[in-house]
Amino acid sequence: MWTSIITAILIVAGIALAAGLLLGMASRKMPGDPNQIIDQVNDLLPQTQCAQCGYPGCRPYAQAIVSDDAAINLCPPGGDDTVQRLAALLGRDAVPLAEAATVASVALIEESQCIGCTHCRDACPVDAITGAHQFMHTVIATECTGCELCIAPCPVDCIGMVPVT
Amino acid sequence: MADLILILVGTVLVNNFVLVRFLGLCPFMGVSRNLEAAFGMSMATAFVLTLSSAISYLLHEYVLVPLELEYLKTISFILVIAASVQFTEIMVRRLSPLLHQLLGIYIPLIATNCAVLGVALLNVQEAGGFIQSVFYGFGAAGGFALVLVLFAAIRERLQAADIPRPFRGTAIALMTAGIMSLAFMGFSGMARL
Repeated sequence: MWTSIITAILIVAGIALAAGLLLGMASRKMPGDPNQIIDQVNDLLPQTQCAQCGYPGCRPYAQAIVSDDAAINLCPPGGDDTVQRLAALLGRDAVPLAEAATVASVALIEESQCIGCTHCRDACPVDAITGAHQFMHTVIATECTGCELCIAPCPVDCIGMVPVT
Repeated sequence: MADLILILVGTVLVNNFVLVRFLGLCPFMGVSRNLEAAFGMSMATAFVLTLSSAISYLLHEYVLVPLELEYLKTISFILVIAASVQFTEIMVRRLSPLLHQLLGIYIPLIATNCAVLGVALLNVQEAGGFIQSVFYGFGAAGGFALVLVLFAAIRERLQAADIPRPFRGTAIALMTAGIMSLAFMGFSGMARL
């Protein structure tokens, strides 16, 4: 009787062990898993979702980079640092930022026209706009990435882009 | 060859697992809201069903029967099913990230789909050999896919229909399922399995 109990336990344990080993091998055998690389690239991007690269957000851009559709130097908010980190991760050549020819710019709120509606503050992905409701807003120039996402929501069109001096 | 076709017809239409045997009703109700998800779910379930019925047949025939451990078949089939569901998830994530986003939470649900365990258990009783049991699993999956996709298409149409207030939502879905089940009763007697 004891032998049959022990056989039963061993059989079930053996099935579980075999299934576990197979699954472990299957999940380990995915060095080419594009998802993991996309996640890694996505982690390096600044997550401003500014769409200046021409893709709707950071993750679509990461997908395009991994599938070789896009160059790695299209992200102005990330700057040269991001290009270099991406180049190191993907083993590609570090190229200068594509937009470097056009001058890097930051947003500037024409403060005399600001009505304090907070729309631009809510739109800013990097929290570079300060100001309370019904009070004048201003852009923290050192934090601004120049993504231009605050321009469209402004109801009085008082935000413009100025080159970094 | 003829008996394989008979198994397919029998499992897809005559003894349809969802509408005649009433197994696997949970994903039948849960994933039938839109056609795309229903299609993906039925493909994933088809893969799991075929794989798990083949493996569980081999396990039953070459491990459990020689050792006279048939009473272990339920628990060991559950192990096999859980492992093949996990394997399917790995495959889907790798082959189609979009489908994985769409099905994400439903894939683990396949493991608790009673049709999968039901097929594995009925398989070792009814089907005669390895090829037969693979066809049995595949046919069961085909039947599941057929009614799931049909039902999802009907439900998509019902969204636009002018349904009396008390019948909206789950009520009309259950009625639709009942009418479909009645329709599938019409196949009984076409093939004996």
